[in-house]
Amino acid sequence: MLAGMSTTQTVLAKLSHIGLNFGERVILHDVSLEVYSESVLTLIGPNGAGKSTVLKILLGLQAPERGTVWRMPGLRVGYVPQKFHLDRLLPLTVARFIGLNLPRHNAAAVRDSAVEVGVEDLLPQAVQSLSGGELQRVLLARALLNKPQLLVLDEPGQGVDVTGLSDLYQLINRLKLVHGYGVLMVSHDLHLVMAATDQVLCLNQHICCSGQPEAVSRHPEYLRLFGDLRPAGLAVYTHHHDHQHDMHGCIVPLPADKQEAKHG
Amino acid sequence: MDDFIIRALLAGLAVVLMSGLLGVFLLWRRMAYFGDTLSHSALLGVALGLVTGMSLNLWVIAVCVVVALLMLYVQHNPALGSDTLLSIIGHSALALGTVALTFLPNVRVDLMAYLFGDILAVTHSDIVLTWSLALVVVGVMVWIWRPLLSLSVHAELAQVEGVKVWRISAAYMLLIALMVAVAMKVVGVLLLTALLIIPAATARRLARTPEQMALFAVVVGVCALLAGMGLSLQLDTPTGPSIVVSASILFLLMQLLPQRGA
Repeated sequence: MLAGMSTTQTVLAKLSHIGLNFGERVILHDVSLEVYSESVLTLIGPNGAGKSTVLKILLGLQAPERGTVWRMPGLRVGYVPQKFHLDRLLPLTVARFIGLNLPRHNAAAVRDSAVEVGVEDLLPQAVQSLSGGELQRVLLARALLNKPQLLVLDEPGQGVDVTGLSDLYQLINRLKLVHGYGVLMVSHDLHLVMAATDQVLCLNQHICCSGQPEAVSRHPEYLRLFGDLRPAGLAVYTHHHDHQHDMHGCIVPLPADKQEAKHG
Repeated sequence: MDDFIIRALLAGLAVVLMSGLLGVFLLWRRMAYFGDTLSHSALLGVALGLVTGMSLNLWVIAVCVVVALLMLYVQHNPALGSDTLLSIIGHSALALGTVALTFLPNVRVDLMAYLFGDILAVTHSDIVLTWSLALVVVGVMVWIWRPLLSLSVHAELAQVEGVKVWRISAAYMLLIALMVAVAMKVVGVLLLTALLIIPAATARRLARTPEQMALFAVVVGVCALLAGMGLSLQLDTPTGPSIVVSASILFLLMQLLPQRGA
């Protein structure tokens, strides 16, 4: 349903008609998506919309009840999970953490990855001493270590201050050009990721709407739609006030006459 | 030195070697309850061994392995409410074992020896078994160290990066089951978890890396073993609890030091 991508891009992973229930409660209903190389797909939606679940199903961490999951054979994946907490009783430096899954410790590779995301000064520190923003970058450095073809980021902006947020998304996008990875991301910071997102998929148990916003810089006429998406600042609203539950349905209700890029 | 003291020391050393290596992961993964459930279940193995007249060690190992697998299943099905269920399994096995022991005709069972250990009654075959298992534990732990550490840090991240989380978890739990079966002689089923937890927690203060922490946990375990046995021989106190008291004192002393690393 998200057809129309440039044909030079490779499909890295694909979900088809995914369904999942927890008892009576519908978690996901008929969710289909494709992730392409060198392309950013951002999942947005209210809390409890099943965004993280979609990522976990795509990663093979959770099995769907219906539908199929396809990943390119031999696909290298980098993952930044939504929740990360390291027990204080586990002494672990940032350097060790980044290289934890290397079969042999490779200080040079760890340093390269840390330099890429700008955390090389943190390498000797304990993981538990990191601030929220530092932790997200360190998680990103670990995800990049394996030279991933697909980056799966679950709210990479959490705990990052406003100025840092913009830097972080720019970094993810800049490194995309270097590594050529595809990105599947859950984000609440829509106003920030919009310019760097190739597709947006709005999820609320099912896919409410999906679109392919062009990069703002290259297509000035798209600024209009970007402007229209400003109310998607509502997504930031749920982020900062996530104890409020008065929001229902899709948080990016594109008016029908402005859905230039909408498919399906 | 008397022969029985040397035997006790040999068995004790093998046990603290195992408990140090295994205990740190129990701490990091917040699985102390797991140690309790397993060690409590061991008493059911003792009862079954006495009832059937077969090898106690084998029965204890069998029961611990079955319980470990059961717990692994429970852990991967959170809907079952793991803490509660594990507590029920462990205490039921402990109670059932105790009740079963009292019904045995013609067998005089020293229940205290199983509950609090009887390291001074260790036999030569116990030593052979304990050291054999200790070598297995050390070997497997070295083998699975990296993936086990990785999944202890973050299981999903490890799985995405290719760690066979289920298999490594199962291997680790089986090692604890084996350790419980032989450590029962040293500190008994009630205090066994203390031997896994206290040396590891004591070592945290000194360690900068996970490996250092495991190594220091073994060292602390050896110190507690020696101090506890010394205490026991001097004051005629029960040996198992004396070892645990020594470990606790070491833990308290260590809290006076500033924390290194993290």
